[in-house]
Amino acid sequence: MNLPRRAFLKGVLATGGAMAFGTTVLPQAVMADWPKTAFEAKTVDEALTALFTSPDTQKTDKITIIAPDIAENGAVVPVEVTADLSKVESIAIISEKNPVPLVAQFNFADNAEGYVKTRIKMGGTSDIVVVVKADGKLYAARKNVKVTVGGCGG
Amino acid sequence: MAKIRLRAKLKGGITTVKALIKHPMERPSIDKDGNPTPGHFITEVKCEHNDKVVMSALWSSGVSQNPFLAFKFKGGAKGDKVKLTWTDNKGETGSKKVKIK
Repeated sequence: MNLPRRAFLKGVLATGGAMAFGTTVLPQAVMADWPKTAFEAKTVDEALTALFTSPDTQKTDKITIIAPDIAENGAVVPVEVTADLSKVESIAIISEKNPVPLVAQFNFADNAEGYVKTRIKMGGTSDIVVVVKADGKLYAARKNVKVTVGGCGG
Repeated sequence: MAKIRLRAKLKGGITTVKALIKHPMERPSIDKDGNPTPGHFITEVKCEHNDKVVMSALWSSGVSQNPFLAFKFKGGAKGDKVKLTWTDNKGETGSKKVKIK
């Protein structure tokens, strides 16, 4: 009689704990607080873990990144992202060699398209990593950009 | 304080919003005397369509000086209000309202 009761209690505690944890890491509302840890992360995986709680992403060809192959000025690199996915919730742009790799995260309401265009700084030749959250899943795409003059020195 | 150029244009049911914000977007760094400086950059950008948030962005100092931003959304109509607001790490803010053309 004792054992099943103990197992039952354990089960309750485990699921209860998971549920509490679940609520604290629910997807950020459209207007979220500035995630300091994500912007302090030094690697792509750390930034992703801080933003989405997991660095695991799926590769997809549905994300188009338009950026120059060679950027003469790393201080201004135009980046255009089109995600041909349904229910795009957010688009994050990461530049691997920057002191702060996470450049920007764009969160969208239901009626927004999976599209964003901006200009970023790049510390050196590296990949631009774009992570798109769509329908609760994470998708990633990369585009290498050669930078002749870095934009992060000063 | 800072200037914003904002445009919202409707075409084929999709509104394209383009914004150019005048801002130094200074990186946090360490000055000559070895003291860290916090930098000066925009951390949050929010865009509202008829008082409903359609897009909000979180930025680091990795976004270029005088940031440019474009995005698209459905459901806008000509004459609707589009408002863009930014906040930087020094607590300064700026905003601009336009009508969808």
